[in-house]
Amino acid sequence: MGAIFRRELRSYFTSPIGYIFLAAFYAYAGIMFSNSSLESGYTKLDSVFGSLLIIIVVLIPILTMRTISEEKRSKTDQCLLTAPVGLGAIVVGKFLAAFVIYLCAAAITGVFAVVVSAYGSPDWNVVVGNMVALALVGGAYISIGILCSSFTENQVVAAVSSFIALLLVSFLSTISNILPFEWLKAACNRISFGERYYSFTYGVFDFSNVVFFVSAVAVFLFLTVRVLEKRRWA
Amino acid sequence: MIEVVNLTKRYGDKKAVNNISFKAEDGEILGFLGPNGAGKSTTMNILTGYISCTDGKALIDGIDILEDPVKAKKQIGYLPEIPPLYVDMTVKEYLSFIYDLKKCKLPKISHLKDICQLVKIEHVYNRMIKNLSKGYRQRVGLAQALVGNPKTLILDEPTVGLDPNQIIEIRTLIKKLGKNHTVILSSHILSEVQAVCDKIVVINDGKIVANDTEENLSMKLTGENKLSAKIEGESEKVLRMIKGIKGVISAECISEHKGVGTYNIEAGEKTDIRKELFTRIASHGWYLLELKTSELSLEDIFLRLTMGEDIDLTDNDDEEEAED
Repeated sequence: MGAIFRRELRSYFTSPIGYIFLAAFYAYAGIMFSNSSLESGYTKLDSVFGSLLIIIVVLIPILTMRTISEEKRSKTDQCLLTAPVGLGAIVVGKFLAAFVIYLCAAAITGVFAVVVSAYGSPDWNVVVGNMVALALVGGAYISIGILCSSFTENQVVAAVSSFIALLLVSFLSTISNILPFEWLKAACNRISFGERYYSFTYGVFDFSNVVFFVSAVAVFLFLTVRVLEKRRWA
Repeated sequence: MIEVVNLTKRYGDKKAVNNISFKAEDGEILGFLGPNGAGKSTTMNILTGYISCTDGKALIDGIDILEDPVKAKKQIGYLPEIPPLYVDMTVKEYLSFIYDLKKCKLPKISHLKDICQLVKIEHVYNRMIKNLSKGYRQRVGLAQALVGNPKTLILDEPTVGLDPNQIIEIRTLIKKLGKNHTVILSSHILSEVQAVCDKIVVINDGKIVANDTEENLSMKLTGENKLSAKIEGESEKVLRMIKGIKGVISAECISEHKGVGTYNIEAGEKTDIRKELFTRIASHGWYLLELKTSELSLEDIFLRLTMGEDIDLTDNDDEEEAED
């Protein structure tokens, strides 16, 4: 697992992907921060955190698109799958590498909080809660992205399919408005990743939401392992 | 030791590998021979745990690859058909990644250095893999299989893409490795298998058609005493003379060019007519320009086994050249 983690992490910076991801994230977050906080003199960071959801929906597919599809295309998966490591370790190693890159990006919100604290006093509990939420939703999205990558040998297909999947789970509550049945709407709102993330930005730290995101990571990584396993049996 | 018992792999309706069994003992080089699409790579992929089998089992040192994959894979070094290289790494980074991946216990720097010396890639050690030629990539792939000194080596067409010098080097290397490793080597190049392997398994259409040593294979399939001769002289007279020799069953002139005829002669079992032939030719004042026994080469065996029994193999005159 350690070897795969280190190799993946390194490969983000030997290709442009790592740089593009970080630069795009910092640029977008910076604009949002200056618009909604600095220029309007607003010391709460909730709108900054709220606006970050859309950029991670766009950027995480770029981060995860090559994780497994590229290995399959270049046949390097033969090297991983015939080495004395379990499939779980391979998938978790890849997840952790992408997650570390993502955390580097998300850490910029800490800088925002420090900047804001120079002008007023932000509610540190809420800020830390929001940062945890941002990390959690990112982790869940990365695991979805890796699952999408395991379905195909084509990076573009992996990126587009994970983008659609992330769009769907993020804005499920908005989409559910057009549904005819009340119970179906309620069910969609319950599993909407976006809805659960926004409740953090309102300053509500609900432990059930933490459990929801962590189990989402576990479920999607487990499914990825099953997909790889199934390929061996096919 | 590698043991394969009744292995079957099905892709939908097609059986890629159909109920095959063979065994490679310690310190033995086993050649896995077959035409394209015979099921060589599939078998190797099953042996290394990359894909699973539909039925039967593959044992590496007595460990079932499906039951305890991690332990079994520790014993294996695998060079697939396409070397699994990360092209964005240098050779050094790549081999040290493989070292970590295989969780080796040997001293890292000296172990990797030894391997590089063995496959002769020291001078490209710090270069990016994407900038290496096909031959070097193949060697890096072989180096990758050797990391951690696995007891068993499984090499899928290891000399593809190498130049003749490199092919000889790699063959010598494989022979050397075969002394203390179990090696399974697949190839569709017959001379390669003939040069390197102790034991040959011929596979065609997913089934084993022969499983023996090279000498035994040739013996089983020849059992005839066939000669090919080039004689300068009038062909009708020569032919009549040959047929007059005691023990000759049949003789024919297959070509004639500027008074030199090429003859195929079949004698009865265990009769050597070569001396008699020579003296008779001399006494007629003709010249014997060439005389050779046409034993079945591996090439012929291969054709016989994979295409059916009824092809006339003796017509193949330039078999010696074809081998090189």
